[in-house]
Amino acid sequence: MHIIVCVKQVPDTTEVRIDPETNTLDRSSAPAIINPYDSHAVEEAVRLKEQFGGKVSVISMGPFSAVEAIKKCIALGADDGYLLSDKKFAGSDTLATSYILALGIMKVCQRKPYDLIFCGKQAIDGDTAQVGPGIARRLGIPQLTYVKNISSVNPEQKEVKVHRKLDEGYEVVTAKMPCLITVEKEINQLRYSSLPDMLRAARYQPSIYGALDLNADPLMMGLKGSPTSVLKIFVPTQRGQGEILSGDGQIVVNQLINGLSSRLAQNI
Amino acid sequence: MPDKFDAIVVGAGVAGLAAAYKMAQEGLSVVVIERGDYPGAKNVMGGVLYRAMTEELIPEFWREAPLQRPVVEQRFWLMDSQSAVTTGYKTKEWAMEPYNCFTVFRSQFDQWFARKCTEAGVVIINETLVESCIMENDRVVGVRTGRPEGDLYANVVVLADGVNSMLSRQLGFHKEWEPRQVALAVMEELKLPSEVIEERFNLDPGMGATIEIYGDSTLGLVGTAFIYTNKEHISIGVGTLLSQVRQLKVRPYELLEYLKSHPMVRPLIKKGEPVEYYAHLVPEGGYKAIPKLVGNGVVVVGDAAQLVNGMHREGSNLAMISGRLAAEAIIMAYKIGSFEARDLSPYEENLRNSFVMKDLKKYKNASHLLEVNPQYLNEYIPATNMALHEMLTVDGMSKQEKQKAIIKRALSRKSLFSLGKDVYKAWKAMK
Repeated sequence: MHIIVCVKQVPDTTEVRIDPETNTLDRSSAPAIINPYDSHAVEEAVRLKEQFGGKVSVISMGPFSAVEAIKKCIALGADDGYLLSDKKFAGSDTLATSYILALGIMKVCQRKPYDLIFCGKQAIDGDTAQVGPGIARRLGIPQLTYVKNISSVNPEQKEVKVHRKLDEGYEVVTAKMPCLITVEKEINQLRYSSLPDMLRAARYQPSIYGALDLNADPLMMGLKGSPTSVLKIFVPTQRGQGEILSGDGQIVVNQLINGLSSRLAQNI
Repeated sequence: MPDKFDAIVVGAGVAGLAAAYKMAQEGLSVVVIERGDYPGAKNVMGGVLYRAMTEELIPEFWREAPLQRPVVEQRFWLMDSQSAVTTGYKTKEWAMEPYNCFTVFRSQFDQWFARKCTEAGVVIINETLVESCIMENDRVVGVRTGRPEGDLYANVVVLADGVNSMLSRQLGFHKEWEPRQVALAVMEELKLPSEVIEERFNLDPGMGATIEIYGDSTLGLVGTAFIYTNKEHISIGVGTLLSQVRQLKVRPYELLEYLKSHPMVRPLIKKGEPVEYYAHLVPEGGYKAIPKLVGNGVVVVGDAAQLVNGMHREGSNLAMISGRLAAEAIIMAYKIGSFEARDLSPYEENLRNSFVMKDLKKYKNASHLLEVNPQYLNEYIPATNMALHEMLTVDGMSKQEKQKAIIKRALSRKSLFSLGKDVYKAWKAMK
């Protein structure tokens, strides 16, 4: 079985700051980590590999520093890592990113076709949850999002059965492989990497592919290929505590009307 | 078959990285095992990095290393509760290559140093705790980490595991440190615009200053305080012997708050926004506390070997030298193919012949003297302040009368004999 996992290096959002003057994320202030949902995707892929044999290939799009995120995946038990990195990719939104990753997957799978693709359910820096489904659509395969448990995998029948998390309860779905699965954190517990895996990761150098290696269409990537543009990032202003009026009905209604009209007058 | 390396270095501080870098340059296979998330994650110092010892490893490192400011002025304050006697030295020469020392952030510098090591061929493993040394026939043959399949073997193990050095203690190289052999240091980074820092400290753009403070900065405890300038931060901290903290039941943050609100200090740090808080132990046992440094297949370097000169706030430089000297001895041992204690002993000999041991020996009684004779900090520093106050306050009294009054007061508190005794003791400890 060949399992692909897409991972993203993200700033540790618990430590990220927003520059109040320029309204941009000050990424330098936060250490870079592997998107937490993606680590669980790698763990799930490695578990399936251990059960059914095969290999796990990790793909990431990002700057050169994302090599560190890929190395972490190797420490978690992935076999190979590929970094898609090119100045022309910079500024890609979710649409363009899914295009580049889909090309990367096809490139990596030239010799060995994929059976499953794993993604985290979303990245903690953008919270969009769009890249995984975008890849599935571009590759024309089924997508199973918000998966919290894989109850069975049948490589002969090419079938997988999963539990999808819903707002209330969960849904049991069967899909044909190959398909794309995005995972919740509760799908598994991350392993504590063995020392040999740590050593392998420390020495590992991923292959790096640019736009030319992927034969990517310049109009489909980077800012040109991105219909989304971020106009503004800001910290929501804190809302003060609301005022609670209580007492006799008529008096409270009068207070409310007076209060509202004086606020209105202030705003005008 | 598990991996086998020529050398395992435990701990990615400057001592361990210096040793690893040197060995890798000579073609040895080296792995560094660090318990923090990355090299430097757990490393703390006031912030002065010395040029000479760093340059012995990486020539002209200042052109690429993440440094804060070259130090062009070192000030010293003898502080009383409302005043300070100040002195210091500033020179243009320290503002030019090759510089004297720099302020640095360890988390940045150590990551850069680690990257240099990786480029030289060192394998660095983070987030991994070494639990013990693996012994065979009375010699260290590797380490046991907390990870699954966590044993790792090597010809020699370099213990650079910091002030507590559980590993050298396990080997019986030293006992658990006594509270008077370690200091507790607490510090903060206060964020301020660089122009404000330069104006307050009278600095040219990009240049830095350090202030070492003795006296009323430690609530009467034996210790010192410091203020260092970084690019956009001021590091301010205070260190005192752990024994004193315990005895006098002072909370470390109270010490720091007292220092920060002191009238001599407050204007320098005004409006500084605290962005980081650190606390760490510092080896303070000096020469007498230096443990066994060499065993069969093992050497001890840096803080783990108590190599800190508390009187001159030097530590990172001693760490680097010890790492380099250990590496040189290991490289020699590698050439003859034997790593017994006698093969590694040139490390200890060369360390003893270097200024490291000579300086530590010179001050071997200094911190103990201060601990058992608190009058140096608690009486003489206020007395010096008072003397200068009287001398310099213009109030119509003649200078001769003032001198007489100063001497009279000094002698009313202490006999000439006990004064003489203190001077002699201090001279003996410093000579």
